[in-house]
Amino acid sequence: MIVRLMGEGQFRVDDALIERLNELDDGAEAALEAEDEIELDKRLDEMWRLVQESGDRLPDADLTPSEAVIPPSDLTLEETRRLMEAEGFIPDIPGE
Amino acid sequence: MAGLMSRTSAVVKAWISKLLDRAEDPSVTLDYSYEKQREQLQNVKRGVADVVTAKKRLELQAQKLEQDVVKLDGQAREALGAGREDLARAALERKTLAQQQLQGLDQQAADLEAQQEKLVAAEKRLATKVEAFRSQKEVIKAQYSAAEAQVRIGEAATGIGEEMADTGLAIDRARDKTEQMQARAAAVEELTAAGTLEDLTSTDTQLDRELAQLSASKQVDDELARLKGELGAGEPQKELEG
Repeated sequence: MIVRLMGEGQFRVDDALIERLNELDDGAEAALEAEDEIELDKRLDEMWRLVQESGDRLPDADLTPSEAVIPPSDLTLEETRRLMEAEGFIPDIPGE
Repeated sequence: MAGLMSRTSAVVKAWISKLLDRAEDPSVTLDYSYEKQREQLQNVKRGVADVVTAKKRLELQAQKLEQDVVKLDGQAREALGAGREDLARAALERKTLAQQQLQGLDQQAADLEAQQEKLVAAEKRLATKVEAFRSQKEVIKAQYSAAEAQVRIGEAATGIGEEMADTGLAIDRARDKTEQMQARAAAVEELTAAGTLEDLTSTDTQLDRELAQLSASKQVDDELARLKGELGAGEPQKELEG
């Protein structure tokens, strides 16, 4: 499965890792809802660490879409929440 | 409920589908998509260049502010030498506030530096992907039926769209950071520019109220004592300049 670390690039990860990521992900979502930024950042950092350590980085020229995207931990709680909302936090590509 | 990974992925995909209009004819879609990617790569390059320029400007501004802090120290010394402890205290108060603000600015500059490095790497990934798309599109045109081609184009374009979403977010955040730094630098500038000592007694701004609060602070007392000690140790008394 291909996972994107937002702002960092894409990695191929195996099923065992996906299972572990899913567990951490559940906790991350609970932390977001409980507005516990410390716990949220801890979970996201751990997810990033696992993917970077055990995943295989995809070459830059690879055009395969990702099946999961992991946000970075240096967003504020509010930024992460906005990222999750339908209208989105991702801005348009800057124009002229 | 789905976790953050799939929610983020869904947001990115929704963003991409807004970005990509698909035509019926795959070869039209391909060329149009490639053209649009190149356009947006140019926008990204401009965005990165803007951030780099703004950061350089802020660094220069911070250097100047460091010099202003040294100047305020000199003014305090002169004021004390001229027997004007009130003015010396006021100058030291400004110096202390300015130093505090500058520390915050240093931290923000370090954050911005890290963001900028990621931004440059993301721009490079995006450029590589756009180039890969260019060669793939010729292969797709030549080898696949219309239906298969649509699927492959959709995938490739999504792969690129993800990178664009990442880069767009990174540019936006770096811009926010730059604006915060500009506001902070402007605050320090206001502090040090008002450092011409004759102004100090005549205005009653927000700044002066903050300074009044600070006047009891131990740091200023300590600095004042230090200066007095230095001056007492033999420097000749002199008139306050200006």
